[in-house]
Order: sequence, then structure tokens, then C-alpha cells
Amino acid sequence: MAGNRNDWLNEHGDYLYRFALARLRDPHLAEDVVQETMLAAIKNNSFEGNSSARTWLTAILKHKIIDLQRKQMREQPISDLIDTDADDTSMDDFFDQTGHWIDKPQTLNMPHDVLEQKQFLNVLDACMKKLPEKLKAIFILRDVQDEENENICKELDISTTNAWVMLYRARMGLRKCLELNWTGT
Amino acid sequence: MLTCKQASQLVSRSLDRPLSWSERLQLKLHLWICNACSRFNQQLQMLRAVLQQTRDQIESDGSIHLPSDAKARIEREIASHKL
Repeated sequence: MAGNRNDWLNEHGDYLYRFALARLRDPHLAEDVVQETMLAAIKNNSFEGNSSARTWLTAILKHKIIDLQRKQMREQPISDLIDTDADDTSMDDFFDQTGHWIDKPQTLNMPHDVLEQKQFLNVLDACMKKLPEKLKAIFILRDVQDEENENICKELDISTTNAWVMLYRARMGLRKCLELNWTGT
Repeated sequence: MLTCKQASQLVSRSLDRPLSWSERLQLKLHLWICNACSRFNQQLQMLRAVLQQTRDQIESDGSIHLPSDAKARIEREIASHKL
């Protein structure tokens, strides 16, 4: 049994790392969650061999990624960012008092080839770094990891309305940042 | 009639839950006559598509490996946690 477990890192380490990197887009954070996953897997005796070790390890890794986002969320109190009152002013940069766009959204072109895609990803990563941690955390879970909203609200202990508001702000900020910095052809 | 602000909120929300029948109708009408909000809709669709596409690419990119120093560190951690 112990022998099997010793092989997990060799057999699945690269895959788990790619899985984490694809979602977190940060090599150091990806290494950290892979380490936590491996330690949790070694300590935990619940692996029965019914599913493949990779499937089981990936399920643990997904939870570690959620845990990490939860930690990032706790860095700021939620009231700092979320104000669902009617006189909410956080969208004043985007809309005037009558609800019209101040700067109308422009066409964003999809990256066409591998080179453009690399450039696009660099811009996107830079834009994601500019988001407040909380917004980035929920955005990664919903729009990159594709977690169900219900699950996100439960795990992060926020209301559905707060989740919608936060995702709206994250997406609004990202698309604006892409407009300003990505000039695809 | 929806304002652009309200329409943009519905566009974002439609990515997270199905809109009600009346929300869908109001949004459809608004997008039909409003280029700015149609582009906003396209931007969000494009963003999500690119994100999930690149996520899958990184995940299946066999040239990306767990860095060897990280691997060595994890091996040491595992060894020190064993009974």
C-alpha cells in the first residue's frame, strides 16, 4: 500500500500541477496546492481503489483550490466591497445617472493563432492581477474552474446576491481592462 | 424598458442562472436595439470561452511539468509526515 502511494507523486504530480496551474495561473500557488493535496492524500486512508488514484487526487485538489480562494477572500471584510444598497456607487465609472454607458463597450477580438493567444493570456493575467483579491477569487472559481454558483456560495459563505454582484464587478472590470490593453486584429 | 446598466447586469447574471421568461424577453429586446450592450454580451461570452479553452490547453499540455525543486520539496514533506 505504502509503495503505491509513493508512486502517486511520480505518476500524477505533473498532471495535478497542470490542473492547478490552469486554474490559478500562478506557478507558486499551483506548487503549494499540489503539495497540500499530496499530504492530504497520504494522510487520508479513504482511497478505496474504486476510482482511479488520479480521479481521487484531482477531487482533493479541487477542494484545495476552493480552500485557497476562501483564504484569499478572508483577507478583506466583505462589507468593504459589497454594498447591495440601491444607492450603490461602484458602477459610477461605467454608467451615468440615467443608466447609460459612459464609454460604450468596443469589439474584443478573439486571439487568432498561438502567438496571439500567448499575448492575450499575458494581458488577461495582468488584468486579473488588478482585480481586488475577493473578486479574483470568486471569478476563478466560477468562470475558470466552472464551479456551480450554489457550491461557491456555500463554500465561501456568501449570499447568492453577493455572488452575482461580485461576479458582475469582476467581469465588468476585466472586460474594460482587456479593452484598454488588448488590441487583437 | 431596461437601462443599459440593468441590461448588463442581466447579461452577467445569465452566465450564472437561467433568466426568467420576462427577463429574457426584456434583455432580448434591449440587445436588439442596443449595440453597446450587444458588444458587452459578446465580450463576456468571448471571455468565458477563451478562459475555458486555455484552461483545457494548459491542463493537457504535456510539456508542462511540476518543477523539480518543487517535486523534491514535496517528497521531503511527505517523508517527514509519514509515521
